[in-house]
Amino acid sequence: MSTNPVIQLADIHKVYRTGDVDVHAVRGISLNIFPGEFVAIMGSSGSGKSTLMNLIGALDRPTGGSYWLDGIDVSTLNRDRLADIRNEKIGFVFQGFNLLSRTTALENVEMPMLYNRQRIGGPEQRERALACLELVGLAARSDHKPNQLSGGQQQRVAIARALVNRPSLLLADEPTGNLDSQTSIEIMGVFQKLNEQGITIVMVTHELDVARYTKRTVILRDGIIRTDTPVADRLNAEHELSQLKQAQQAVKLS
Amino acid sequence: MMRIVATFRIAGRALRRNKMRSVLTMLGIIIGVGSVIAAVSITTGATKQVEDKVASLGQNVITVFSGNFTSGGMRGGWGSAPTLTVEDTKAIQSQVPNLLAVSPEVRDRAQVLAEGLNWNTQILGESPDYPQIRNWGIADGAMFSDQDVRTLAKVAVVGKTVTDQLFPDQDPLGKTLRIRDIPFKIVGLLEPKGFNLFGQDQDDVVIIPYTSHMRRITSRSFVNSILVEAASAEIINKAQADITEVLRARHRSVEPDFTVRNQVELMQAATATSRIMSVLLGAIASVSLIVGGIGIMNIMLVSVTERTREIGIRMAVGARARDILVQFLIEAVTLSAVGGIIGIALGIIATQIVSAATHWPTVTPLVWVGAACVSSAVIGIISGFYPAWKASRLDPIEALRYE
Repeated sequence: MSTNPVIQLADIHKVYRTGDVDVHAVRGISLNIFPGEFVAIMGSSGSGKSTLMNLIGALDRPTGGSYWLDGIDVSTLNRDRLADIRNEKIGFVFQGFNLLSRTTALENVEMPMLYNRQRIGGPEQRERALACLELVGLAARSDHKPNQLSGGQQQRVAIARALVNRPSLLLADEPTGNLDSQTSIEIMGVFQKLNEQGITIVMVTHELDVARYTKRTVILRDGIIRTDTPVADRLNAEHELSQLKQAQQAVKLS
Repeated sequence: MMRIVATFRIAGRALRRNKMRSVLTMLGIIIGVGSVIAAVSITTGATKQVEDKVASLGQNVITVFSGNFTSGGMRGGWGSAPTLTVEDTKAIQSQVPNLLAVSPEVRDRAQVLAEGLNWNTQILGESPDYPQIRNWGIADGAMFSDQDVRTLAKVAVVGKTVTDQLFPDQDPLGKTLRIRDIPFKIVGLLEPKGFNLFGQDQDDVVIIPYTSHMRRITSRSFVNSILVEAASAEIINKAQADITEVLRARHRSVEPDFTVRNQVELMQAATATSRIMSVLLGAIASVSLIVGGIGIMNIMLVSVTERTREIGIRMAVGARARDILVQFLIEAVTLSAVGGIIGIALGIIATQIVSAATHWPTVTPLVWVGAACVSSAVIGIISGFYPAWKASRLDPIEALRYE
């Protein structure tokens, strides 16, 4: 490929010190992810996928190796610069949605722009937040608070929030973990649509079904990459959803 | 730097979310600031009243009392021994610089008769400088002159109580009153001055030339005291020392047979009680302010723990440690500043109620209102800093995982 990778991990190590014991959570991972990719990182618990996610998300620094994100060497940055990287380069989507309660969807989406190093005016913040809500199909509910929204809708608000600072990378940690299967497919549909528009997505999941909506699957075990394969039998969320609805219709008719 | 307006909005929203808790937290500051303002207003009013009374005795006044008379172990009060003379007065006048006015004073009580009525009152023998020294205006007519002093003139300037008693329905100016059977013509009426610090009616007085008093009424050769007005408060101590020096030289005494007091000393003595009161009340009020600050710190710590997840989310989307610090600091400062403003308002209201109920004079010094504003903001910063710092040091990964 002619373009530079969004994520370039070179022999990444992460060692946690808990008491006297060193825990090697990640033991030398090298991985390149290019613009426009849609990658699922899989693995059982303890495989190091959460640690890898925190490293990619610039929430944590590796103890060894180097990490380049969009051409910036993230592995040596201090706390404040890491915060800036998270603000400008990365959009987070969490398993538990992590919206601010008693705060409207619109204000939740605006929140990352508060911390932009470049000032964004109030009207522009609003405009961009609304555009992102539009993108996830929730513009009509912008003044609703999280407790007035369903799980799927909350996750859409979280996705809109992740997109609002126009990041190079969308990072999702078990985004369907708290959702039922139909809503999960809907959310995967949102991701697929965003990916088609050129947004790079990295997603951690332990569900094989969910991973089949992505383009590439990386499986970890004991802190190293076991397999790194393109998804052969890729699912289309839109198609699956209509099939599911037909099946439900059939059950009702019978 | 995160924009301040947005931060205030976040703080305001967080505080509104727990209205009851916010109000209760503020209560500590409200009570603290309110009691400081009320205490200061009431004691300042009391002090001011005393100062006004003292000032009504005249400004920058130095009083020389003659020594005390001792006979067979019995000691008289100040002015009881005849040691001061008219010559002493003249020596002070000519030898001590920077004096505005000097008057010898001779005091006596006598029955005064006029128009068939009589009244027992104080007869003062003074020089024409007396109204200036006492800062006392003449309502009608004029003060007697130096000429009157030289000629032992039978003229009098009288206070309002005396004229009210002797000339209830007439204009007393130009009338005659009799002191010890000697007729004195009323040439001036003093402005009413009211009661002094010690509860005496200052208007119950007849003032005549000291020469007339000493020759015609009492046949004395000594004066009770000498009143001196210095040019300014700055030189009052110097003038007092000069007067002491002049009199000591004239009396050739090792132990001074006179006492010199000045207004500043009198003022300090008179306001000492209310100053002690204000210090005590201020100290008690400050303690409640500190308790209010502890309340804020406590609630902010609870708030940081409760909102660990929110802090994690904010950090994950790019809030720097300082952004979090500022957010929680502003929250604490908002709590204490709003509490402080409410406290000032309630303190002023409480002061007005006390003032209306007791008729005490109250003064709310603006300096203290400003100080209350500043100190409540400072309390907010101090008590909010530790919780805010704690919040800003959170690890975003841990904070996000927090349930």
